[in-house]
Amino acid sequence: MTSAHPGDGLTVPVLALGRTLLVTLQGELHDRTAERLRQDVSHRIARSGALGVIIDISGVDIVDSYLGRVLAEIAANARLLAAHTVVVGMRPAVAVTLAELGLTLPGLTTARDVEQGMEWLARRLPAADGRGRGM
Amino acid sequence: MKVSEQEAVASAARELGVFLERRKEQIARRWADAPLFRAVFTDSRDEAVEACKAVVDALSEVASAGSPEDIAAPGFDQVREQLGRMSGSRTRTGAGPAQIADEVAALRAPVVELLRAEATDASAPEVAERVLALTLLMGTLRLVVMRTALGSGQELIARQREELLEVATPVISLREGVVVVPLIGTLDSARSQVVMESLLESIADRGARYAVLDITGVSTVDSLVAQHLMKTVDAARLMGAECVVSGIRPAIAQTIVHLGIDLGSVVTRATLADALAYALARQGVDAAPDAGAP
Repeated sequence: MTSAHPGDGLTVPVLALGRTLLVTLQGELHDRTAERLRQDVSHRIARSGALGVIIDISGVDIVDSYLGRVLAEIAANARLLAAHTVVVGMRPAVAVTLAELGLTLPGLTTARDVEQGMEWLARRLPAADGRGRGM
Repeated sequence: MKVSEQEAVASAARELGVFLERRKEQIARRWADAPLFRAVFTDSRDEAVEACKAVVDALSEVASAGSPEDIAAPGFDQVREQLGRMSGSRTRTGAGPAQIADEVAALRAPVVELLRAEATDASAPEVAERVLALTLLMGTLRLVVMRTALGSGQELIARQREELLEVATPVISLREGVVVVPLIGTLDSARSQVVMESLLESIADRGARYAVLDITGVSTVDSLVAQHLMKTVDAARLMGAECVVSGIRPAIAQTIVHLGIDLGSVVTRATLADALAYALARQGVDAAPDAGAP
């Protein structure tokens, strides 16, 4: 499994913008990197109390069923931690492939680009904030 | 018997080849006035004569090879493209395949005339043999022309089909963030695929949030096409745009229900106007920061 080693060291950077986490995926994603990202995002939400997560996949050419599931799991985990997840910037070819595979990711919110994703979260956050304070 | 007849034809053909080569100038000048060449080379007669010479050369080569009935004879290769261009330009000016075939057949008579005039005794058997060989050769030329003509016709059909696919599926920007694809005619799988791709591309290019698929002009929908529509809607959603299907005719609605296709996850509106109103209203909600969840 020598091919897995280069992927071991790679982590996907998770940026915090206020109470929103921004994750930018680029190029091909190793399964391990994806798995690590799933854990990172959960921990970051728990630590920082983020209310939104934006995953930008505009730089991703290929989304396979595994990555699709990881994305859905990140969203489900975030939901349990009271954060909303928006996947933004999916390329047409990727969308066609996922639709053909029947991976329509029903629980996932999508937006065209990071800006629209931020807007969507901005509309959602006051409500989420209120819930957060109530806890 | 059979072999000797073939040999007789071959030797007559070889003699014909020599004759064609010798009288090339004269034949070319006569052919240049024939409708086939005159209609194609309208600019200059010299050009027509040159083109005729090329054809005579090819015929002479094929005849000299002793195989006047071989459509795939290498001798035809050098004029094949020229013949294709000629039949193509005749087709464009409105000549049908039958007319082109007649025009090629009309090239035979002047050569027969020359052939007979050359012989001292026009009723001699070897003259008849040569005329027979010439007839065979001209028949082959006719087939070669028809074959290239049909080939270019088929290319034209293929190109037009492709163009039709693109022309028939325009993606229109109605307003910032709203694109519309009005579908007209029959939807088949190939076209559904083109619609899907061009719609998704334009969503990406124009940053559209709402896409309206208007199928008012679609007369029939089968289960495959319905599935394609569903996939398009799903893919658009994955890209962050919402798809609205409008203009489903009553008959199509019944078909969809009969086929048991669940369009439950798709927003549908009766008319394009309704769909547009829906998209604009949603954008209006988008503009107000404190409105309810989408």
